[in-house]
Amino acid sequence: MASTHQEERKKLYKESRLPDGKTLREYWIFAEDKEIEIAPGVFFPAWTYNGQVPAPTIRATEGDRIRIHFTNKGTKPHTMHFHGIHNASMDGAMTEDFVYPGKSFTYEFEAEPFGVHLFHCHSVPIKQHISKGLYGAYIVDPKNDTRIKPDRELVMVMNAFDTNFDEENEVYAVNSKAFYYALNPIKVKKDELIRIYLINIVEFDPINSFHLHATFFDEYRTGTRLEPNAYTDIVSMVQGERSIIDVRFKYSGMYMFHAHVSEFTELGWMGFFEVVE
Amino acid sequence: METTEKQNKLKLWVSALLPVFLLIILLFVFLKFGPLGVFKSSVPPIEVAFIQRVAFSPEHITLEVFNDGPEPVTIAQVMVNGAYWKFDMEQSKTLNPLEKGKIDIFYPWLDGDFEKITLISRNGVTFEKEIEVATLTPTFNFFYFKTFVLLGIYVGVIPVLLGLLWFPFLKMLRGRWYMFLLSLTIGLLVFLGFDALSESMGLIGSLPQAFNGIGILVIGFLLAVLTLSAVSYETQHYTKDKGEHYQALIWGYLIALGIGLHNLGEGLAIGSAYAVGEIALGSLLVIGFMVHNVTEGVAIVAPLTRAHKQIGNFLLHLVMMGLLAGIPTILGALVGGFSYSAVLGVFFLAIGAGAIFDVAFDIINQMAKGNWLSIFTVTNVLGFLTGLLIMYATGFLVLG
Repeated sequence: MASTHQEERKKLYKESRLPDGKTLREYWIFAEDKEIEIAPGVFFPAWTYNGQVPAPTIRATEGDRIRIHFTNKGTKPHTMHFHGIHNASMDGAMTEDFVYPGKSFTYEFEAEPFGVHLFHCHSVPIKQHISKGLYGAYIVDPKNDTRIKPDRELVMVMNAFDTNFDEENEVYAVNSKAFYYALNPIKVKKDELIRIYLINIVEFDPINSFHLHATFFDEYRTGTRLEPNAYTDIVSMVQGERSIIDVRFKYSGMYMFHAHVSEFTELGWMGFFEVVE
Repeated sequence: METTEKQNKLKLWVSALLPVFLLIILLFVFLKFGPLGVFKSSVPPIEVAFIQRVAFSPEHITLEVFNDGPEPVTIAQVMVNGAYWKFDMEQSKTLNPLEKGKIDIFYPWLDGDFEKITLISRNGVTFEKEIEVATLTPTFNFFYFKTFVLLGIYVGVIPVLLGLLWFPFLKMLRGRWYMFLLSLTIGLLVFLGFDALSESMGLIGSLPQAFNGIGILVIGFLLAVLTLSAVSYETQHYTKDKGEHYQALIWGYLIALGIGLHNLGEGLAIGSAYAVGEIALGSLLVIGFMVHNVTEGVAIVAPLTRAHKQIGNFLLHLVMMGLLAGIPTILGALVGGFSYSAVLGVFFLAIGAGAIFDVAFDIINQMAKGNWLSIFTVTNVLGFLTGLLIMYATGFLVLG
């Protein structure tokens, strides 16, 4: 599994060293219209980065150079707008920043600040470009991390889909597919440290949340400090908010995680951790 | 000589079939090479699923779904009250155009609750159905059988027979008052006719588009009018020989038939409304229907008030007419309650309307005796208006 994952990543990612000694992380990202399955049997005509929703995760260490070769293979003007610190010309948000179908643009900036961030298309209408699927996780690791190294890392992008285009979502999920982790529980070991990079991108609904059963966790809001902000079992987020969650399971068994907005839960946003000895 | 006749026949057939033949060729060419690409668009396929019927059984909801569009529809998910639920579908989850399917949902519904059911197609198109008040759907058993039969008897049979009991009073009316009575009957009939028509039209909305409800209505309505007119035209001489009393008897039966068809439609509507929980059949509503329908009995006996002495077995005829008008209500309630079909509702109400208008016209025609203006006497006009008003006023009692 891990090796194929690395193989896949090689197609869009290259690491090299710059003359000044800094690490250069290059990504090849393209926008593409693609039909994706968002609930068992339900297909959605999505706008994607690299044919997937959420997009491939962009990851770097604080201070690295990030260079993204973006090509628009879709049918509408798209951009990549990063939450981070960068020059205005790299913001991908103004009309003049729109990358038209068939065109390319290279985004380049320094990875800062450390934390869990996101990127998304900022073309107009924005709510359409986001709800159609153009978003992904952008993680910047701290240069000097004093925290315990996690045994497992997970990216969870809480998203939703408006299948009949009435500006209300029919399907809610983490990482796009309703009930996926209910049908395929995430297997973890008892007592190991699991780090979740949690992002909320749900359009049309003002709030979303993450709740984990039968345990508590440390929450690092936006992941920009090395000390947790809270010890809790629920995180509430508006669109664009994100957190790092560090959790250990004390007991083995099946544990549910879901939005504590019951409506979303029953429309797909729920799953299980299967904790083994 | 014979050969030319044969040739003529051949010519006739060729000229009749040529356009059909050419049309077939055109369709073939069109499908095979034709400019079909022009009609294909890049927009998502037009999917239309129509939920025709919702049945509630303990812990289960069953839907009858009809594909009312030009493309196959695949039902991917089913939402009840904004949450996804497990569901089973007979045979395939894909319905071809005009195909009907059954969806069974395990759902702990609550008696009296509002339920909203949403189907989501493979392409994310949603189809909704709202049920105002969920209630156990009658299954065929003795209790419900009894309920629907009694309903039909109360709403249809008893009122009509009660109305007939005015006969002794009505037959004493003479001269102007008799004309008043006939006009009143026409008023009642015209009101009933419009009532049946509007009920029929109202039901069209609950039909899938493919069924072309207005077509069913037009066919039903004209079928009744034309059949009855043709029958009375063909039997004209026969009727004339038999005399005026015979005409009166035929009217009685025709009115009874028209009202019977109207009541069949009404029974369908009441039975199904009860079955799907749209009405609670309180005693007030049933009483309302009874009072409203008593007037139907009056309409039947009015034309007979002068002729009863010449008609043999008059009482028997009267009872037969009452039953002809009333019993269809029972049938309607049974059909409506156990297996509702809006198609039948539209059709029978339209036939009923046609029959009622036909007989109303017949009576007017007879009253006019060729001089149409002569019917607009003050007595007749007042009688007619009184008929309309009686129907309108008693209609207030039926607030279902």
